[in-house]
Amino acid sequence: MRAGALLAVLAAALVALPLAANSYFLSVATLVLYFAYTGQAWNVMMGFAGQLSLGHSLYVGLGAYAAAALFTKFGVGPWAGMWLAMALCVAAGVAIGLLAFRFGISGVYFALLTIAFAEFTRIGFDHIGWLGGPGGLFLKIEGRKTFDLANLRGGQTMFYYVMLALAAGAFALCAWLLRSRAGYYWRAIREDEEAARALGINTFRWKLLAVAISAAMTSLAGVFFAFYYNNLFPEQIFHISQSIEIILGPIVGGIGTLFGPILGAAMLTALADALNNLVAAMGWDIPGVKQVFYGVILLLVVVFVPNGIWPPLAKRLGLGRGS
Amino acid sequence: MALLAVRALSKSFRGLRAVSGASFDVSEGGLMALIGPNGAGKTTIFNMAAGVYAPDEGEIVFAGRRIDGLRPHQICAAGIGRTFQIVKPFAGLSVLDNVIVGALQREPRVPRARALALGILEKLDLAAKQDLPASSLTLPDRKRLEVARALATGPRLLLLDEAMAGLRPTECDQLVAVFRELNRGGLTILLIEHVMRAVMALARQVVVLHHGEVIARGAPAEVVRDPAVLECYLGEDAEV
Repeated sequence: MRAGALLAVLAAALVALPLAANSYFLSVATLVLYFAYTGQAWNVMMGFAGQLSLGHSLYVGLGAYAAAALFTKFGVGPWAGMWLAMALCVAAGVAIGLLAFRFGISGVYFALLTIAFAEFTRIGFDHIGWLGGPGGLFLKIEGRKTFDLANLRGGQTMFYYVMLALAAGAFALCAWLLRSRAGYYWRAIREDEEAARALGINTFRWKLLAVAISAAMTSLAGVFFAFYYNNLFPEQIFHISQSIEIILGPIVGGIGTLFGPILGAAMLTALADALNNLVAAMGWDIPGVKQVFYGVILLLVVVFVPNGIWPPLAKRLGLGRGS
Repeated sequence: MALLAVRALSKSFRGLRAVSGASFDVSEGGLMALIGPNGAGKTTIFNMAAGVYAPDEGEIVFAGRRIDGLRPHQICAAGIGRTFQIVKPFAGLSVLDNVIVGALQREPRVPRARALALGILEKLDLAAKQDLPASSLTLPDRKRLEVARALATGPRLLLLDEAMAGLRPTECDQLVAVFRELNRGGLTILLIEHVMRAVMALARQVVVLHHGEVIARGAPAEVVRDPAVLECYLGEDAEV
């Protein structure tokens, strides 16, 4: 009940935010929602099913390039392009999953495999001249005054609402998944795969499903990324730092919980941005201050609240066990 | 009528013959114990029946259908539940959620699986602890949870892998009572057991393995007087 009330207040505040916030503040909020969304997507694989991916930039990048290529080369809008993006990412995820799970690769080795796929895709895209190679792929920028939802050409407010809808959708989907048969089976696999098998669970199939859903969700973040930033570079979008930034939110907020990825993204993104501004205002020039800040936060979380900030906070708020 | 028939089963590991031509039947509604000294091949037979690995030779027939070589989840779907010697609770989940996972095998809809799971927790005296995380249970309760989870899948045959190991005698007796009750309700049970106190109290038939071969079978009281059994447990020329 209290969780529902909290959720309603949060949703109302987020919907009303553009009335009160300027464009800059809205851009920070959009970024928070972006990482809440990708964190939620990653959480399906790691938090629910216990499969550690350190290569989610692969799905962001493939999704971004698929939708951007369709748009710039063939004039196909993002709402049609996202289906190709999803299909590509699901295919990539399932291919990695098939390879890994068929040969019993798990844990750290599975994580290494996900990094490897993201890395060689990055290098591969550097050599696709049709998509700009290392020089990047650019989307034509319309005036920020337009409001063309069909082609995702418009101002900050429009992108904010699109990202809010995605984040809200991801939250609802994850809440439903966690309570469904899949949610029970994934958590069983996460806790003890051998015991899960003995209870009749085809762990191979259910793990693949987790990867496919996570990849499909992440691909939409890629589509958003392409139309929001209007430029794509393999070095940037497929880079491992992109993957790391996705997973920091859920780790800080609480792996396997529903609110954790949102809380983590809000804390990290908003605080890092505030820190950046502070540093700039003081007239200092400290390259990498954001990364150092992430490192410090991660350290504190691992030492003091290893399950993330949300579970103990949920207890404080009287929300039960934090899901 | 045999519910489970093990026929001329053999399995080697890198030249070591762990099971060698073992045959026995578990009758429908039976309560049988597989015993033998360490290294006799009990766990190997258990693992082949549970689908952990396939036999080299021979066959395992369950309810008229070959099941050797099936994978663990298929064995479960065929109607065989199992427990682990070293209990494997889903530690981060509640006791109820643990059992729901098993119940979903029989009833894919979560609310119905939950109702089924609650009934089983009631039967195993765990209902009062349904909301606790499984990690907080004591060992006897974890063993009960393990049985509850396996029962939730709706098995016709329950395989128990040293279910009594690590329990104190009174705890052991309580669990024996649980199994006896389940068996009275029609569940066929095959147990692998070191704890003779449990075997003598529980089993109606005993199969004795030694060096991977069946050396004796029969009622518990007969088997413990069998000279071949005494020899393998106590050495030659033993007096009892």
